[in-house]
Amino acid sequence: MPNNSKGMYNKNLVIAGIVIFVILAAFPFWFNVVKSAPAPEVVLTEKAKAAKECVRSKEYMTTDHMVLLDVWRDSVVRDAKRTYVNPKGVEFNMSLSNTCLDCHSNKTEFCDRCHDYASVSPYCWDCHIDNPQGGIE
Amino acid sequence: MKSSRRNFLKIAGITALGVGARPAIDTIAAVGGRGPTEPEPILKQNEKALTAKQWAMVVDTRKIKSEKDVAPLYEACHKIHNVPDMPIKRHEIKWIWPEQFHHAFPDLHSEFLSEKIHHTTFPVLCNHCENPPCVRVCPTKATFKRESDGVVVMDYHRCIGCRFCLAACPYGARSFNFFDPREHIKEINLKFARRTKGVVEKCNFCVERLAEGIEPACVEASKGILTFGDLYDPESEVRKLIAENFTIRRKIHLGTSPAVYYIV
Repeated sequence: MPNNSKGMYNKNLVIAGIVIFVILAAFPFWFNVVKSAPAPEVVLTEKAKAAKECVRSKEYMTTDHMVLLDVWRDSVVRDAKRTYVNPKGVEFNMSLSNTCLDCHSNKTEFCDRCHDYASVSPYCWDCHIDNPQGGIE
Repeated sequence: MKSSRRNFLKIAGITALGVGARPAIDTIAAVGGRGPTEPEPILKQNEKALTAKQWAMVVDTRKIKSEKDVAPLYEACHKIHNVPDMPIKRHEIKWIWPEQFHHAFPDLHSEFLSEKIHHTTFPVLCNHCENPPCVRVCPTKATFKRESDGVVVMDYHRCIGCRFCLAACPYGARSFNFFDPREHIKEINLKFARRTKGVVEKCNFCVERLAEGIEPACVEASKGILTFGDLYDPESEVRKLIAENFTIRRKIHLGTSPAVYYIV
């Protein structure tokens, strides 16, 4: 038997095994480098385009719309305060269905695309109607 | 050895200085970093909103001649609030509904009753009690007495469907959605939200209409049978009616202090 005190048993197999393991473990990383899903394009309706600016700046709405909606909900339901005056002094009725989705009446192209991409499933629309065009049908 | 202690004390001193200076550095960073901050948004009540200390309702049952006089109230309410019409009676969802005298006022009922009262149906709804037992039992504060105007409101987002409030309410004013109500809404009002399976719902005294400066839908549809106003305003219509007529309320011995008054 050769002297293996400084070597390694089955060197080739072990190293090959480690390499295969690392490749497999890193699958999500290299897979996404090769073929990553493109970030979704948000489609604005004509009404939203015409309004130019949302309740807050585009950057704020992109990152913090959920915080805004949370504040709105508590304010409307608990404090009976339904008017929101944004930093520019413009007043809005705090309502998901009647304010947000009145402009953004394209839920599938505006809301769902990003939510699906980010793998979040908010249950707003279990109760809130997604496109309130008109009153009682 | 000596020099080592000296070094230790030096380093300890510098470290303490660094830790102590942290809040000051943070403050400077916060002020200097962001530049001019934009003003905070303001949340406020609608200007045209109707306000009161405690909303109340007076039902003038003398004006109810037949079922036809009160049917529009139920229809108006259930239509604008997307209240489902469940096919099975025990799954029923109701915000305002007709009740016979001996059911509405069991403590005032006697074996022999005037013919007229016996045949009248009384519109009943959430009493928006001044001391609401449903609010006391709610474990999540999903239902609460709104401080601004005394309306007992539900936050459907928070309701976990435990149904303690159904047990606590002595008026049966609360309904539980055992099944998905959305399939049973006859015609949907797109301006108002629906409810989902597993939450409790009830009359909200039309808070969404009060915010827009209009009276509740049932009052509007009642042609004078219902009167709505502030219980603590001596000049209000409800106070005048209460002052001029003998009124009864449902199960007052329970101490809930209901805010719906009935002229019989």
